[in-house]
Formats: sequence, C-alpha cells, structure tokens
Amino acid sequence: MSNTAQRPDAGAPQSAHCRYVLRLADTSLILAQRLGEWVGHAPAIEEDLGLANISLDLLGQARMLLAYAGELERRGRSEDDLAYLREESEYFNVTLVEQPNGDFGQTIVRQFLVDAWLHELHEHLQQSKDARLAEIAARSLKETRYHLRFSAGWMIRLGDGTAASHGRVQAALERLWPFTNELFASDEVDREMAGAGIGPAPAALQAAWSARVAAVLAEATIVMPQAASFPWFGRQGRHSEHLGYVLAEMQSLHRAHPGASW
Amino acid sequence: MSGDTRDWPLYEIFIRARSGLDHKHVGSLHATDARMAIEHARDLYTRRQEGISIWAVRSTDIVASDPADADALFEPARDKIYRHPTFYDIPDEVKTL
Repeated sequence: MSNTAQRPDAGAPQSAHCRYVLRLADTSLILAQRLGEWVGHAPAIEEDLGLANISLDLLGQARMLLAYAGELERRGRSEDDLAYLREESEYFNVTLVEQPNGDFGQTIVRQFLVDAWLHELHEHLQQSKDARLAEIAARSLKETRYHLRFSAGWMIRLGDGTAASHGRVQAALERLWPFTNELFASDEVDREMAGAGIGPAPAALQAAWSARVAAVLAEATIVMPQAASFPWFGRQGRHSEHLGYVLAEMQSLHRAHPGASW
Repeated sequence: MSGDTRDWPLYEIFIRARSGLDHKHVGSLHATDARMAIEHARDLYTRRQEGISIWAVRSTDIVASDPADADALFEPARDKIYRHPTFYDIPDEVKTL
C-alpha cells in the first residue's frame, strides 16, 4: 500500500486500453464486494462458503486486472490505490453488479446473469491480442465455469422449486433485467478495443448469452422479461444510486487509516 | 445463519487425494440434491487442493453395523492372531511370496 496516490486528474487521460481493463476489474471487484456482504448471513453454512469462494475468485481476478490497469495508466497507482482511492464516477463496472443483494434469490439471479456474460467474455478474451489480458481471461474462465454451474443450478432449483421461490426469482429477474442491456452496448472504448483485437465487440456476446440464459430460464420455468431501455451506463461512470454505498463501506477503512494492512 | 437446513438431506463426502489412492471419508454436509452435494463438497473440502475426485452418498443409504453388536461382530477376531500374515515365518527358500 502506498499513500502517495495522485488525484485522478493528474497526468494524461486514461487510454482506451486502460479504461477497458478498468471496466473489467471494477466489475469483478464490485461483485466480489457485494457477495462478501453475505458472509455470515447466507441461508446455510454451505452456501455461506460457496458465496465467499466465488467472492474470493472474483477478488483475485480484480487484483490481477487492477494491477495491470495501474501499469497501463502510467501514473504509478497500485491495485490498492485504484480500489480504495477512486470515487464513484471513476468506477467503470457494469451497473448490474452494484445492484443490492436483496434476498438470496435476487443474489442468485444477478450472479447468473453476470456469470453467463463473463463466461462468453472470458472465452473471447482468451484470444485477445493483448497477451496479458488473454492470460488473465484463461485463468478466470476456469473459475467462471464453476460460478456459472453454481448460479445456474440455483436458478433451476429456486425457479422450479416452491411457489414462493419461483415468485421471488421471477420478480428479481424482472427487476434486474433492464441492467443486462448495458452488457451488450458499445461505446468508443469498446470500438477501439474491438478494432485492435484486444476485446470482443460487446454485441458479439449477446447471441450466445441469450441462448444460455433462455435454456436455464426454461428449465427453471421462469419467463424471460421484455427488453427495456436503460438510463445507466456504469462502464462510463454513470451509476445507479447504490454504488456510492458499496464504495463507502469498501473504502472507509483505508480512508480512515491510510496504508493499513494485515 | 438465518435459514434452516434441517430439512436438507445429509450427504457423506469422500475425497480422492491423488490418482491411485482410495476415496477417503472426510465429513458430511447438507444439500438439497446430488448436484448441490458435489458443489458444497467442492467448496467445503477441496478449497486447499485436498483432492481431485469427490463421491457423495446420501447418509441414509449407508448401512451401518450396530455398536451393540460389536462384541458378536468383532470380539471373536481378537484371539485369532494367526490370521495376520506376520504370524507365520516364511522359509528363506520361498522367494516369490
């Protein structure tokens, strides 16, 4: 840990490459933080450990990506500087992962939608012309496959379970569905990365994602909601009202005790 | 824990540490179905690289001996030490035993 972080406006603007890696890093980091909130509160001790394991996998991915983003940024910021000293508008995670845990069913729905997307994303990123990113993706894919197995299993179990569990999952899906649009939307950063062969065009992931989600929803006897517009764009730093609270909790210790470590 | 897993069946978990070794009993856990039992076992018992294969068996499917029968089942073996191979002297002439 260092206490010498510069303000984000110091130096040159972040390159598209750096911004792209930060988007991936922040998505893993914020989802890890959300899942960490379950520790000690999951419906069963077995699930407590399961969610914590997934959280730690995602945190490991976030650390590799943040360290790399710090190098690409060339401002001397470490993974800790980036995690603990950026503000809400400087975070570029997809808006879906910052949505509240809700009940266990809502957490599972969020996890399943993200896992199915990360699975396609990591498959594509393995072929990235950026060797470092390809390596991180290849390593992450093994974890993501397990996460998807876990969350898809629960989708089916809850969806095709009791009337109560079915109703909760259906309601959670309808609440979270609008946030999935962002996963496949492109902006300048995405277009530049796709052009350079570093990352896939977001829209290229949609067909496989939709097919996988549809298959699991069918087995879970859950109805796929209608598409909806979305006013957020977390990957550009425009977040829902929830991210501020996540960051406040995640960063409070570091901000109160700069450089604190175990 | 806010929930209740008492309704979930108990599974006995066996882990194989390496190829060529037997599956060893490592503990038990609650799960609603076989798939979840494997996933829980993976999360609970292999997170420190303890194994490469998992067996899960419903605890109710295990047939166990009754501790009350221990005398009848196990006592008679106690004075039959000739059943241990070390009881016998092997002649030097026997090479391939």
